[in-house]
Amino acid sequence: MARVLIVAEHNGSALNPSTAKCVTCARSFPSDGVDIGVFGAADQAVANAAAMVEGVDKVIQVSADSSAGPVAAVLAPQVAELAAGYSHVFGPSTTFGKDLMPRVAALLGVGQLSDIMAVDGPHQFKRPIYAGNAIVTVTAPEDRPVVATVRTASYQASEGTGSASVETTDANASLPTHSRFVELRSASSDRPDLQTAAKVISGGRALASAENFDILYKLADTLNAAVGASRAAVDAGYVPNELQVGQTGKIIAPDLYVAIGISGAIQHLTGIKDAGTIVAINKDEEAPIFEVADIGLVGDLFKLVPELTAALEQS
Amino acid sequence: MQKIMVCIKRVVDYNVRIRVKPDGSGVATEGVKMSINPFDEIALEEALRIKERGEADEIVAVSIGTSDAQQQLRTALAMGADRAILVEAEGEIEPLSAARIFLDLVQQEQPGLVILGKQAIDDDCNQTGQMLAALWDRPQATFASELSLSDGKATVTREVDAGLEVMEVELPAVITTDLRLNEPRYVKLPDIMKAKKKPLDVRPAAQLDVDLTPQFSVIQTDPPAQREKGIMVSDVAALVNALQEKGLI
Ligand SMILES: Cc1cc2nc3c(=O)[nH]c(=O)nc-3n(C[C@H](O)[C@H](O)[C@H](O)COP(=O)(O)OP(=O)(O)OC[C@H]3O[C@@H](n4cnc5c(N)ncnc54)[C@H](O)[C@@H]3O)c2cc1C
Ligand SMILES: Nc1ncnc2c1ncn2[C@@H]1O[C@H](COP(=O)(O)O)[C@@H](O)[C@H]1O
Repeated sequence: MARVLIVAEHNGSALNPSTAKCVTCARSFPSDGVDIGVFGAADQAVANAAAMVEGVDKVIQVSADSSAGPVAAVLAPQVAELAAGYSHVFGPSTTFGKDLMPRVAALLGVGQLSDIMAVDGPHQFKRPIYAGNAIVTVTAPEDRPVVATVRTASYQASEGTGSASVETTDANASLPTHSRFVELRSASSDRPDLQTAAKVISGGRALASAENFDILYKLADTLNAAVGASRAAVDAGYVPNELQVGQTGKIIAPDLYVAIGISGAIQHLTGIKDAGTIVAINKDEEAPIFEVADIGLVGDLFKLVPELTAALEQS
Repeated sequence: MQKIMVCIKRVVDYNVRIRVKPDGSGVATEGVKMSINPFDEIALEEALRIKERGEADEIVAVSIGTSDAQQQLRTALAMGADRAILVEAEGEIEPLSAARIFLDLVQQEQPGLVILGKQAIDDDCNQTGQMLAALWDRPQATFASELSLSDGKATVTREVDAGLEVMEVELPAVITTDLRLNEPRYVKLPDIMKAKKKPLDVRPAAQLDVDLTPQFSVIQTDPPAQREKGIMVSDVAALVNALQEKGLI
C-alpha cells in the first residue's frame, strides 16, 4: 500500500500553507498514511502546525547541524534518507519545492513529476505542459517511489484540524558544505499574501510607473486584496519580482482576480486559470484577456480604477 | 575558469499557440516554428558576458535531440558560443535522462560552470539542472537573476516566492536562469556566416553509457478545460453590480 511523505515548506518559524495543500493532494488516493517531514532549522511551532493539518498521521522533524536557510543541496540528502519506506514523496510546486524535489528524485535515481493537478490513482496523475495549454495524463512505475511536486493552485488546504504525533530524528546523511545561504531580501509588506489571498488585483505594463501602482494599492486596500503584476510590470521595475503572476511567476487561484492594463499573454493566463472570477479592465476591446474574463470593462484604467475604488468605498 | 557549458533545448517557439491533436495522442508540432528555449538563450547570454569580462575562456553549447537541433546550436554559435555538441536522440528525453547525458559531457569537458534554463517551455518540468547538480554532487543555484564570480565562487541572486534570495556556491556549480538575468543579444548576419565554420560535433546517444529509458508514460493529452464565456459591462456601476451578484463584494 502507498505511504506518502510530504516535505514541509516553512521559513523557520511558520508553516507555509502550500504544505496543507500537498496533504489534500496526497489524501486524494488510498494510502496507509500521510506523514510530513520538517527539514532545516525550524522552531517547534512549525512541527506543531504540521501536526494540526487534518489527515496527517505523523510529523517527523529532522534535525541537522547545517540547515540554516533552505539550501536544496543540504536538504536533499536528508529528504532522500527519510524517503526510504515511502512510496510517494511530495513537495509543493513553489520555488522551494521546485528547487528541492528534482534533486531528491535524482539522489533516489528516479524521475520526478512536476505540478500534479489531479490524481487518477496512486500511479496515475494529470499535469500541465506548454504553459497549461495541454494537460497530460501520466503513469508512473509502481516499482519505485513517486517523487512529485503538487500544483498548489489545484488544491485547497484542509479546513479541519488534526492531531498527529511529532517525532524528532537526526540526519545521518553526510551534508555538503559547498553551498551557503546568504540572505533573503523581501519587500516587506503587510498586505495579504499573493499566493493565498482570496482576492488579487494585478497591474500590467499600462500602469507605466511604480508611482501609478498606488491606484491599484488603494483599490486593493478597499477589497483587502493582494497585489500582483504581469511580467512586463516587473521587468520595468514598477513592482518587485515576487508579485509576478504566470508561467514563470506565481500560479494562483483566488476567488476574484482583477487584471488591470494586462493584455492576457498565454504566459500570464496560465497563472490565473483556476481563479474563481476574472475581471479585466483594458482600453483595448480586442485584448486577449477578454477571452478569459468573466466580467470585462473596456476603458482607461486611470479613470476607471479610481472610480471603482470610490464606488466600493461607498458600498 | 576555463570553460562554461550551456544547455540549449530546441522547443516550440513561445509565440506559437500549440494545438492538442484531436485523438489525444499529443501536441501537434509538425511545421510549427521552433526556437531555442527562451531560458537557454538567457543562459548562453550570461555565459557570453562572463567570457567577455575575461572570466572564462571557452563556451560549449550542448543539446540533446534530433538532428534538427543543429539549427538551434548553429544559432548558439552565431550568438558567440565557441563550439557545440549535439547528442542525437529520438523521442522524448526525460529530465533525468537529460541530466545523465549532461553528466557524461561534464565529465569529459570539466566545465567550471554549467548554465541551464530553469525550465523548458514545452514540458515545463523545471528539473534538469537540479538533477544534474545532484548526480554530479555539486552545488545548484536555480532561478538566477544575478550572477557574479570571484575566488572560485559564484554569488547568485535567486528569484524565490518570498523575494530575492542570495546564495554563495563553490565552483564547479550548476546555475539555472530566470527571465530577468539578462536580455539576450540579437544575432548579426556576419556572425551567422562565421558560425558555419565553428565546430559542431554530433554524437549518437547510444554511444554513451547512459540509461535513457523513460520512466513515465503519457497515456493521454487533452486540451485544458475552457472557461465559460463572460459578460462585458459598460461602466463601473455595472461592474460593481455584477460583483455583488456573485457575492464577491
Ligand atoms: C518564457 C516566457 C515566460 C513568461 N512568463 C510570464 C509570466 O510568468 N507572467 C507574465 O505576466 N508574463 C510572462 N511572460 C511575458 C508575456 O509573454 C507578456 O509579454 C506579458 O505578460 C505582457 O505584460 P502586460 O500584459 O502587462 O503588457 P502588454 O502586453 O504590453 O499589455 C498592456 C495592456 O494594457 C492595455 N492598456 C494600455 N494603456 C491602458 C490604459 N490607460 N487603460 C487600460 N488599459 C490600457 C493595453 O491595451 C494592453 O492590452 C513570459 C514570456 C516568456 C517568453
Ligand atoms: N534535450 C535537451 N537539450 C538541451 N538542453 C536541455 C534538454 N532538456 C533539458 N535541457 C536543459 O534543462 C533546462 C530545464 O529543462 P526541464 O527540466 O525539462 O524543464 C532547459 O532550459 C535546458 O537548458
